[in-house]
Amino acid sequence: MGAGFVAVYARDLRLAMRRRIEALLPIVFFVVAVSLFPLGVGPEPQMLRQIAPGIVWVCALLAAMMSVNNLYAADYADGSLEQMLLSGHSGVTIVAAKACAHWTVTGLPLVLSAPLFGLLFDMDGTALGVLTISLLLGTPMLSLLGSFGAALTLGLRSAGVLIVLLVLPLSIPALIFGTGAVAAVESGLSPAGHYSILGALLIFTILTAPLAAAAALRISLE
Amino acid sequence: MAGNFRLFNFAAPSRFYALSGALIPWFWGVAVVLAAIGLYMGFFVAPTDATQGDAYRIIFIHVPAAWMSMVLYLVMAGWAGVGWAFKARLASMVARAIAPTGAMFAFLALWSGAFWGKPTWGTWWVWDARITSELILLFLYLGYIALVEAIDDVRRADNAGALLALVGAINVPIIYFSVKWWNTLHQGASISMTAAPKMASTMVTAMLVMTFACWAYAFAVVFMRTRAIILEREQHADWVGKLVNPGAQA
Repeated sequence: MGAGFVAVYARDLRLAMRRRIEALLPIVFFVVAVSLFPLGVGPEPQMLRQIAPGIVWVCALLAAMMSVNNLYAADYADGSLEQMLLSGHSGVTIVAAKACAHWTVTGLPLVLSAPLFGLLFDMDGTALGVLTISLLLGTPMLSLLGSFGAALTLGLRSAGVLIVLLVLPLSIPALIFGTGAVAAVESGLSPAGHYSILGALLIFTILTAPLAAAAALRISLE
Repeated sequence: MAGNFRLFNFAAPSRFYALSGALIPWFWGVAVVLAAIGLYMGFFVAPTDATQGDAYRIIFIHVPAAWMSMVLYLVMAGWAGVGWAFKARLASMVARAIAPTGAMFAFLALWSGAFWGKPTWGTWWVWDARITSELILLFLYLGYIALVEAIDDVRRADNAGALLALVGAINVPIIYFSVKWWNTLHQGASISMTAAPKMASTMVTAMLVMTFACWAYAFAVVFMRTRAIILEREQHADWVGKLVNPGAQA
């Protein structure tokens, strides 16, 4: 289990490092999408501050859904995905490693850059911290759910749009409690309850999503 | 699946085709008669509501549609799961036949709810927890339909759809409680649907009659759609050939 996980994880990271611009595209998408909102809704700082957590979260969600499409596509196209599944390591290990690599490449940079975008929206320090922690707890869920969607739609013509349609309803709880944490702190409450629920959702997702994604891969590769 | 238990006899598509063909007219008949009775009771017998006036009469469509949309999702996920786990072809076909009807009921519940909301609340839409979860349920139906339609290979489509439906069914309570909490956080209880006044017994009766009418309708439509799917998938089977073209040599 451990060796297979590390091998797949390291391989995916190495592949991402060799195509750095491609790996950065989700971040660029995130930056552009977030920057469009002030242009769309107007520059009033009061309103921007209020909608900032929601915008950052929704854009992070969309960025994850866009990038997760490529999670298995290249390996499926050149046949290495089947070889990995035949290698004797369980599908769950491979799926978990790939989702983990996806989070390292796209989720983690989003978490790290989120405070910067909070500043653009005039959020104060405490709210920025809460937003970052909520993203830290929430983005791994997006990678895991996204890998389930990607496994289901493997090799389909309209996979990109389908993943969004399939995974977005499932990620609504993460969105609600992620933005809820910031809203709680801004209305003077403790975000601890939201953290706990996000953590619980994350644990539940870690335990179930790789199983579902591995089952989906088996169905898709039959 | 072909054990000694007689019920499984109908798991063979050809037998199911014959049985459902015989049952469909009955289900249609029951649906039409019950809908006529229910609508008559709802519109002419049931008294006008003291607070909501006549607008409340939409519930005779709205509540059965909302119930059906939720039950049908579970039924769909259940049959899809049976089809996946036991390789029962007919169960997968039934699951796919249920999806459009369930989505239609979810849409009908939202649509009729909007018509009720306008005169009662003064707005077509509020982000109430129940309305939002019903909308998400519609998205889950649409996701299922989109996925199974996007996959050309029938077996893969059935199994992938089953997995998605089961994951969705597990997530429905999580989504529901998230939305409920989100709703109480973001807006005060400006509108409460749970604090409805007690209903007159004729209203309850009319609503139940309409619910049974919806059930009969769902059975009729799902059976018709399943029969079409059976013919499409078994088009190379002998019995379908004889059915379509009785005079031809086998």
